[in-house]
Amino acid sequence: MADRNTSTSSSGSRLLGVTTLVGLVGLLLFAFVLTEPDVRLHPTTGEEFGQFDAVRLLYLHVPMAVLTYVAFLTCAVASATYLVKRGPWWDVTAHASAEVGTVFCGLVLVTGSIWGRPVWNTWWEWGDVRLMTTLVLFLLFTGYLALRRTAADPQRQARRAAIVALVAVLDIPLINRSVEWWENRTLHQQSTLAELKIEDLTLFTLMLGFVVFGMVFAWLMLHRFRVGWLEQALARYEVETAIAERHAEIETLDLDAAVGETGGGT
Amino acid sequence: MREMFSDARLVATKDLRIEARSRVLVNQVAPFALLVLVLFGFALDADQRTLRTFAPGLFWVTVLLAALLAVARSASVEHSDDAHSGLRLSGMSPSSIFLGKAAAVFVQLMVLEVLLTLGIVVLYGSEIDDPVLMSLTAVAAAVAVATMGTLYAALASGLGARETLLPILLLPVLAPVLIGATRAFDDALGAAAVDGWAWLGLLAVFGLVATVLGALAHGAMIED
Repeated sequence: MADRNTSTSSSGSRLLGVTTLVGLVGLLLFAFVLTEPDVRLHPTTGEEFGQFDAVRLLYLHVPMAVLTYVAFLTCAVASATYLVKRGPWWDVTAHASAEVGTVFCGLVLVTGSIWGRPVWNTWWEWGDVRLMTTLVLFLLFTGYLALRRTAADPQRQARRAAIVALVAVLDIPLINRSVEWWENRTLHQQSTLAELKIEDLTLFTLMLGFVVFGMVFAWLMLHRFRVGWLEQALARYEVETAIAERHAEIETLDLDAAVGETGGGT
Repeated sequence: MREMFSDARLVATKDLRIEARSRVLVNQVAPFALLVLVLFGFALDADQRTLRTFAPGLFWVTVLLAALLAVARSASVEHSDDAHSGLRLSGMSPSSIFLGKAAAVFVQLMVLEVLLTLGIVVLYGSEIDDPVLMSLTAVAAAVAVATMGTLYAALASGLGARETLLPILLLPVLAPVLIGATRAFDDALGAAAVDGWAWLGLLAVFGLVATVLGALAHGAMIED
């Protein structure tokens, strides 16, 4: 049994972890084996078109994209609350959600790029608004995590990280607007999923993707939060120990001086 | 409000006086910016037609790179001899300190932009079609870069590895400025058929948001 104070797991998180793992296996099975590829017939020419097997990646890509925004929004809310209330809970939550969000954001870019190669015939499309906004979002939070890794007073670092997170989130609408005007086009079909004839199994797999990635997010957040909390507890413990040691040293010195004085007087 | 602006003017004058005496902008930042323009020329095979087409983008990338040096310098001035503490104890509000420092960086950036304009006209053969749009874009973008840069330079100072931290924090935030200013210059220099005035609007919004945000957020950093 893991010690409550030194482990990031608990019986609840272990149960969540196992369920998530089973869910992930199930999702991969549905996404890559049980669902049909997207093949449609052109009404006039009769030629096959569609996303073919690439569509399977969307069952992972779309839920991860949604959770990226959930994570960064959590980070922004926690950062704003930290600036007002200054509680360590909010700081650790902001850090944990930014880290989990950045991982999801990176995966969204990678899966999107792999999906784009066969469907859009390119790994990367400069003019696509959502693609560019997501990339800049990823870079903004990479900077945030770099700031988090600097050696500085924890409270100073937390305050500055909170400002960076808030600026990053406020910058997003401007980036989105600028990229939209920049090229005024997008390859991201709004109706990618609507276009597909969403059948029961397709819709079920997509919903399963949301549930499973929601569980992955919760599990990662739980553990990352606990790691952050333990790190803060360790830092406090080290400071308290160092202070106690210095006090003990001073008491010993005082005692020695007192003994010395008494010894000298006799 | 009046006190805030008069305090800001004091801080700006102080920073500009330091700059006038140390001449870091003239001796280091401006030569660096011109060097970057020349390097772009080498990288693009010194083909003047290509350079003229891409001059707006190259101009603003150069401004951003040079601005990194200017804002880092603006923050480091406060750290030598612990001038930062003196400023904090002066009783001036964090907002006026921020506005003053940003104003000093803005003046330096404007000087730099004038030099770089000469640079692209002489080296890249650019022609100015719309001087009004160009001037207003230069002002709006300089406000945005100066305010965001001052905020982030203050933010990165006092943390470990601030020299490497500042670019990765600041450059993604300035992405809309780079895009907007480049497109407005495309119009002003006749490099592409776009509506430069709409982009100027976006830059003005960014500048305003950055100024308000910086003035509000600077207080949290002054507390350190």
